[in-house]
Amino acid sequence: MRVLSIAKRLIKQLRGDKRSIALMFVAPVFVMYLLSAILTSATTTPNIAVISAPNAYVERLQSLANVTKPYNEKIALKNLNDKSIDAYIVFSDNKPKVTLEGADPSITSLVMNTLNKLSLSSTTQKPKINFLHGSMDMGAFDSMAPILMGFFIFFFVFLIAGVAFLRERISGTLDRILATPLKRWEIVLGYFLGFGSFVAIQTIILQIFSIYGLNVPMVGSFGAVLVINLVLASGSLALGTLLSAFARNEFQLFQFIPIVIVPQIMFSGIFDLRNAPAWAKILSKIFPMTYGAEALRDVMLRGKSLLDVKYDVLMLIGYALLFLILNTLALKKYRKA
Amino acid sequence: MSIENVIRIENFKQQFGKFVVLENINLDVKKGEILGLLGPSGSGKTTLIKAIVGMSEPSLGSVYVLETKMPSLAVVSKIGYMAQSDALYEDLTALDNILFFASLYGMKGKFAKQRAIEVLELVLLQDEGKKLIKNFSGGMKRRLSLAIALVHKPEILILDEPTVGIDPVLRLQFWNEFERLRKEGVTIIITTHVMDEAEHCDRLALIRNGGIIAIGTPNELKEKSGESTVEGAFLYYGKEGEVKSI
Repeated sequence: MRVLSIAKRLIKQLRGDKRSIALMFVAPVFVMYLLSAILTSATTTPNIAVISAPNAYVERLQSLANVTKPYNEKIALKNLNDKSIDAYIVFSDNKPKVTLEGADPSITSLVMNTLNKLSLSSTTQKPKINFLHGSMDMGAFDSMAPILMGFFIFFFVFLIAGVAFLRERISGTLDRILATPLKRWEIVLGYFLGFGSFVAIQTIILQIFSIYGLNVPMVGSFGAVLVINLVLASGSLALGTLLSAFARNEFQLFQFIPIVIVPQIMFSGIFDLRNAPAWAKILSKIFPMTYGAEALRDVMLRGKSLLDVKYDVLMLIGYALLFLILNTLALKKYRKA
Repeated sequence: MSIENVIRIENFKQQFGKFVVLENINLDVKKGEILGLLGPSGSGKTTLIKAIVGMSEPSLGSVYVLETKMPSLAVVSKIGYMAQSDALYEDLTALDNILFFASLYGMKGKFAKQRAIEVLELVLLQDEGKKLIKNFSGGMKRRLSLAIALVHKPEILILDEPTVGIDPVLRLQFWNEFERLRKEGVTIIITTHVMDEAEHCDRLALIRNGGIIAIGTPNELKEKSGESTVEGAFLYYGKEGEVKSI
């Protein structure tokens, strides 16, 4: 079993390289934690200054926002400028007049949401709101977490696999092992299995951290999410080794990141593509990350089963196989037979 | 083709893009002989070797090893190859390096381990087996590369500049080992540009200007050129620039 020999050798080599292991296991967790810290804190209550308003209105507003009371509009304007408040309200003719800073859409919508809630709670016919999936409390990070988790698995696996395969070529050992009866597909599969074992551990760590550590919403099954993540990681592993065949050094490999990796996250569903031009939609259908993101969201946020997302999972498996086959063909550059 | 000829190269031509490295190469190598490939750097010695090992396909002509047209994976397992640059895994121990290559030839378990220790002893590295390669000196790496080339007891040994960076004492030991292997019937092709090594070869092929400019035993080459050393003969044939054979 020459495939296993290669896999075993890779595991032995990587076990000696503590720093790479640290990067594989700690870096995705670290980045995920940072993102959750930033995106969760973004959904706080707005700071609103009230210059003149009925007492009942102010009381209700106080339950939804941090309310301050400056002496006049001039001071309020100054505060708005130095961003210590997000909006101020002046009542004239019994109607509120709201002034916002307006350059930050997320703060604008936060203030608007708060004021909407205020007017809703004042009407007698308060609509009852039901959510098919998710909830009123679901923040930006919660809805993005499944995609981000998938993306970081994809990205870090790509990096490590690409560099490792590159090293085999630069050191001349690829040439050397091709002077043995080793078949090309055995190398590709050996790399896939050897790194696969580390990738699996990495995936499990990040998934456990995201779900139990960061408490992202998770209504689906842990196993189903793991299957999707592992299939996604396989595709990335195969893509990393494939692209490293077209790079002469690490620097050239990293040049693939803005071209191949960054667009994947942009088109994977983090931004709503409903009104995007047709080419953008087609592009999103080409990227494997799109299928991974879709499946992860369906399972984690909407509680679907693996069977419901089988189409996405099959696409991911297809991509992994395609990249493995292409990689075997790309190795022809080093040995014809 | 007679059984005697372990390697037969016919009308061989290799070019990369428009650049022709070697052309019109015809060469037979007999069983149990040491053939030296001599030539300046960049003359195409390694190119020829890569075709014999089956890593490249000739642009024209053919290479037969053990009566099989190369590249052939079946024959590759009967060839031991030592590349010009040491292709070793720096973050593995010497023993792990040998065991890995042994496993690529289908050797495993106790048998592989025993053989690995055997070849380590052969290159006098028996005490360094547990050391990581990144702590090895250049000469030690060269010795380990030779050990790896020998691990599966190949019938044919192809050595690309095996004695570069090796001290004279060790070089002598290498040659003693080569001669012992020849007695066992192993065919050896060796490239070098160290002229005094060339004297040890059974036959020499001088490669220059994209072809074999002369081939014969060291003594034949010296006599024919009227020079007293192989170096002199090499320079003599190089001046003529034409392909001659003896």
